[in-house]
Amino acid sequence: MSAQNVLFDAPGPKARLRHNILTVVGALLILGILYLVLAKLGQAGQLDAAKWTPFLTASAWTAYLIPGLIGTLSAAAISVVLAGIFGLIFGIGRLATQRWIRIVCGIVVEFFRAVPVLLMMYFAFTIYSRNGVFLATINPLMAVVTALTLYNGSVIAELVRSGVHALPKGQSEAGLSVGLTPQQTLLSIQLPQALVAMLPALMGQLVVVIKDSALGYGITYMELLTWSKTLGSAYANTVPAYIVAAVLFILLNYAMTKLAGAVEQRLRKRPITAGPLTNTMPNIVQGSAEPGGPIDYLIEPSHDAPPRD
Amino acid sequence: MGEILARYDFVGAFWLTIQLSFWSALGALMIGTVLAVLRVSPVPVLRLLGTAYVNLIRNTPLTLLMVSSILGLSLILGLRLSNDVKTDAFLWAIVMLSVYHAAFVCEALRSGVNTIPAGQAEAARAIGLTFNQSLTEVLLPQAFRGSIAPLGSTLIALIKNSTVASVIGVSEAAGLMATIVENETGGVPVFFVFALGFVVLTLPLGVLFTSLSRRLAVKR
Repeated sequence: MSAQNVLFDAPGPKARLRHNILTVVGALLILGILYLVLAKLGQAGQLDAAKWTPFLTASAWTAYLIPGLIGTLSAAAISVVLAGIFGLIFGIGRLATQRWIRIVCGIVVEFFRAVPVLLMMYFAFTIYSRNGVFLATINPLMAVVTALTLYNGSVIAELVRSGVHALPKGQSEAGLSVGLTPQQTLLSIQLPQALVAMLPALMGQLVVVIKDSALGYGITYMELLTWSKTLGSAYANTVPAYIVAAVLFILLNYAMTKLAGAVEQRLRKRPITAGPLTNTMPNIVQGSAEPGGPIDYLIEPSHDAPPRD
Repeated sequence: MGEILARYDFVGAFWLTIQLSFWSALGALMIGTVLAVLRVSPVPVLRLLGTAYVNLIRNTPLTLLMVSSILGLSLILGLRLSNDVKTDAFLWAIVMLSVYHAAFVCEALRSGVNTIPAGQAEAARAIGLTFNQSLTEVLLPQAFRGSIAPLGSTLIALIKNSTVASVIGVSEAAGLMATIVENETGGVPVFFVFALGFVVLTLPLGVLFTSLSRRLAVKR
């Protein structure tokens, strides 16, 4: 149900007039904001052609922006794979039949969801570089990957758990009644369905990972933001460099969000699952899920019944 | 361990985290409410404005906003919020945390509005309530109750994200921890003390918001 339909009646003549006035006011507001931003930039000389032409040369891209994108994407890709493994293990652990396994996994998951990613990143970086755990050149990457894996892995573990809980009860009952053990039911009946249904939420988490990889800036990891800063110093165009970096991040994440939406649409059409689990706020940095906090609302079975034939 | 913490301003750092979070939460709530009004308004241009803001801000890393506020807006464009460098960074951190989380507050409020079935508004009109009456007596109370859980998540995320202010030199908890772990040996317990500090800040809020959202849930 869209908000407009709930809140507002079909407009009459007076309301239509009011809407037209508001349309003009809104358009003026947008133009005003654009004008203010451009005027401020122009005043500071940030709109000079010299500040922007570097982005038309190949070297700005090959020497700065593309290495930056590679840095961001490789940290995100490694973290997402590791976080998936971490999340699967601890998610299954939280569903285990033995009480102590559930408790231990619960504590680990809740702890890493509560601790800020940047705090873990600083800590991992110092520990790695002091003890020489990895080659000095990849220490920052490893710290970024460690922090992102622990945090997002915990979120995925929660997704796995609530995904299994969101399945219709008949699924596990059917498994148990044909003589499977609880573990067999979980692994061969519940998890496959839960994982497919979780796919959109998982892809939403990828946006979080991409955005959070920018935290690597704080520990000198060479990702897109760090490279744009370097580019800004090299060409003396800091402000345009940040604007270009922001545009690249936005395009990347917007494409991911759209892709997740498309996958969700596809899943909705499949009659066999209990419907996709939707993550309503997929890309809040570090925040899709908090300790002891509400997570069930993040993933609930779709309310529109999947089409049946 | 205790002696290490005694030499650094542990309490002061967490106090700065709390201050950052408090003012940013207020700011995010104000901007977010305005955005939510824009996003549910019947005027397409205003909706476009709200949607554009949310999509742009939500897909930008907070770190980028933080860094560009100080290095771009403050240093190069000269938009100083204070003449003192430290205060300037602190104020910009609050502004950027507010701007960033406002997008999520907006989405939380909007999702609250979206939980209301159309029948509620129709029923309100059918018994003769005016637009204002149905809004204040029927729709908004339900919308608010429906958005408690996501608002709580946003607040907790904001507290954790306030650590990002350390990249522009605001010496809140994460920044202080980085300094201590770098200068002292035996950083592991220090990390756990700071991590525990964040657990103490966020866990009660999580429990509170969960119980509130359960208790105030609209039975449908």
